[in-house]
Amino acid sequence: MHVHRFERLWFGASLVLIVAFIGTIIYGAVGPGIAMVDDSGGTVEPSVIADGNYEQTDNFREPGVYDTEDGVDVYVVARQYLFQPGTSEPIRVPAGEEISFHVTSPDVTHGFNLAGTNVNTMVIPGQVAEFSVTFEETGEHGIVCHEYCGSGHHTMEGKVVVVEQSEFEGGEN
Amino acid sequence: MATEHGSETGFETEQEYVETEDGTRRRLAFVDRFPEAARTARICLWIAFAAFGVGALFGLIQALHRTNTLRIIPSADYYTILTGHGVLLALVFTTFGIAGLFHWANTRSLGVSPTNRRLTQGWLWTMTIGTLLAAGTIVAGLFDAIPASADVLYTFYAPLEAHPLFYIGAALLIVGSWGAGFDWFLQYRKWRSQNPDARIPLQSFMVMTTMLMWYLSSAGVAIEVVFFLIPWSLGLISQVDPLLTRTLFWYFGHPVVYFWLLPAYVVWYTVLPKLSGGRLFSDPLARVTFVLFLLLSTPVGFHHQYTDPGIASGYKLVAMTNTMFLLLPSLLTLFTVVASMEHGARQGGARGYLAWLKDLPWERPEFSGVALAGIMFAAGGFSGMINAGMNINYLIHNTIWVPGHFHLTVGTAYALTLMAIAYWLVPQLTGKRLQFRGLAAIQPFVWFVGMVLMSNAMHRGGLAGIPRRTAEPQYDQVTFDAVVGTVGEMRLQIAIGGTLLFLGAMMFLAVMAGTWALGKPNSRLRVNGSIPEPLSGPEESPRVLDNLKLWTAIAIALVLLAYGIPLFDMVADGLLSPGSLPVPA
Repeated sequence: MHVHRFERLWFGASLVLIVAFIGTIIYGAVGPGIAMVDDSGGTVEPSVIADGNYEQTDNFREPGVYDTEDGVDVYVVARQYLFQPGTSEPIRVPAGEEISFHVTSPDVTHGFNLAGTNVNTMVIPGQVAEFSVTFEETGEHGIVCHEYCGSGHHTMEGKVVVVEQSEFEGGEN
Repeated sequence: MATEHGSETGFETEQEYVETEDGTRRRLAFVDRFPEAARTARICLWIAFAAFGVGALFGLIQALHRTNTLRIIPSADYYTILTGHGVLLALVFTTFGIAGLFHWANTRSLGVSPTNRRLTQGWLWTMTIGTLLAAGTIVAGLFDAIPASADVLYTFYAPLEAHPLFYIGAALLIVGSWGAGFDWFLQYRKWRSQNPDARIPLQSFMVMTTMLMWYLSSAGVAIEVVFFLIPWSLGLISQVDPLLTRTLFWYFGHPVVYFWLLPAYVVWYTVLPKLSGGRLFSDPLARVTFVLFLLLSTPVGFHHQYTDPGIASGYKLVAMTNTMFLLLPSLLTLFTVVASMEHGARQGGARGYLAWLKDLPWERPEFSGVALAGIMFAAGGFSGMINAGMNINYLIHNTIWVPGHFHLTVGTAYALTLMAIAYWLVPQLTGKRLQFRGLAAIQPFVWFVGMVLMSNAMHRGGLAGIPRRTAEPQYDQVTFDAVVGTVGEMRLQIAIGGTLLFLGAMMFLAVMAGTWALGKPNSRLRVNGSIPEPLSGPEESPRVLDNLKLWTAIAIALVLLAYGIPLFDMVADGLLSPGSLPVPA
């Protein structure tokens, strides 16, 4: 089969581009250590979260910020149309320390995005989204629900406040 | 096989006029040779254009509402309008437009009429009834008096629940499209019985590979809707697993974008070279491209779920790798399209490295629209590469960047190609000369400018973290910091761009309505449907390229590799659990 010389060159260059793109992903994973949200958070029955029976699960706790020996854990329930905590009171976390977020939903699918950053996950009923973030600087980040969740979707928002470690008071562990 | 068998490749030069015995010339356009097939294609296109008109109006309402420019609906109704916009444009305008285009392309290239009239009527009615049910249920959401609604957007993620008629309508639309594909395969079988040794004509090859990909991928959403969402919305089962159903949706949700795109590719490969004044560069490479799409379009759906919990990273990595290799057929297409246009321009005497570009027939809307659609698709391809990158995707997932991206792809590569080719095809399907040609000549440029304004602002808004799918431009606790420009300037561009796009849509519909109402049947058309043979024809390529059974088998194997274990994982803890009760939207 005759393939024009230019076409062969283009074909080769395209393959190089593709392999280079895949290379950037691999580099991101092993270099800066960018981890995917995955199945590590486990599953939970949505009705258990809806009824507030957190003690019935071993992979989710009463919503709040916990300062444990292993680091800071944040448990967030995203529900129509608020983040708990996050909406009526901000999520306060320390700078320079690894924070583990655990987010789930008792009702419909939501999103959890710190606007303008790569802290971004889907919140799916039945699944606990687990991911780690280290905030290098103090300051505030707005939380946006970025998945349509009903007629009040555009009102679903919240705030993360990053404070100095000395000002941080976690909940009981 | 030598080129004298060109008539079997579908690229024969058709006689558009024949001398009759009394010395007059009789026209032999597509509508004259295949009146029944032309009628079917016309009906499909009219329904597509009607859906396009309503969908475009909804788009205008959204663009003005969420930029806070003009508000005629309460914000809660925004999502009803958004659902209608998505379903009417991404599912109805596309599926009917594709059916019309493929019905023409398959019949033209095989030179054989559809074989079974009742089958044709059956799929046409099934798709139409499905559309009316789904669209009717969505619009009912605007009226409190009607106890039905479907404010679930076109992704209809459970446990947000629509009225059962919405799911039934969507299922009928897809089942009807399966019937259309069956119609085209029967046509091919009839042709094959008359041409036992010939290579499959290129357009028919493209139609069939696209439909095989469509069967393989739409099975996912069919299972989601028929086995889970319909019984659940009727109360026959109490709960469904939200992760499993959305995974089935995205199993279909990425290949569906190639179902939109490949008809544009059919036009770019087979008609655009001729409109540029030349011929296709390479028939074999066109076949390779379509085979690659059949193989790789489906095992990639997890790239829409990079940020989903409950799915192991390894599965996402496999989907990412497949997605990147899916760039290959599109990059090959970029080469062929540009090379074919350049060849066409040089046939007309154009010179220079880039000067040939200005010698192309930009004043003819069928050319300018298709060419501008191709240029925009290149830009959409680049933003798609960002989406495909697992890491960087975290920055833009579910931001307004994403609709910025797909308005370049389905919203321009597909939509503008279909509009432009309608200027060329509708006269051949109706026997009526195109009316309002001056309006048609500027319409593609209006669309192009509108999309440049709207899409660049949406992409930049996404980088600032502005979410998609929201009725409100402002949040109390969140500030969006623009990386380039200001948020106010982006809003202005979206409002102006959306208005221009609506204007472009109305200009197109005016030309179509004018042609339909004012054009005289049996007029001289000023276009002809002949398509010249490619520079290098299929006879030089291996015959295995035409072995559709082999490619289908490999495609199924790749899907089983990419989806087998993840789906097993999801159903291993119970088919319906962890489960959610319905939440009416």
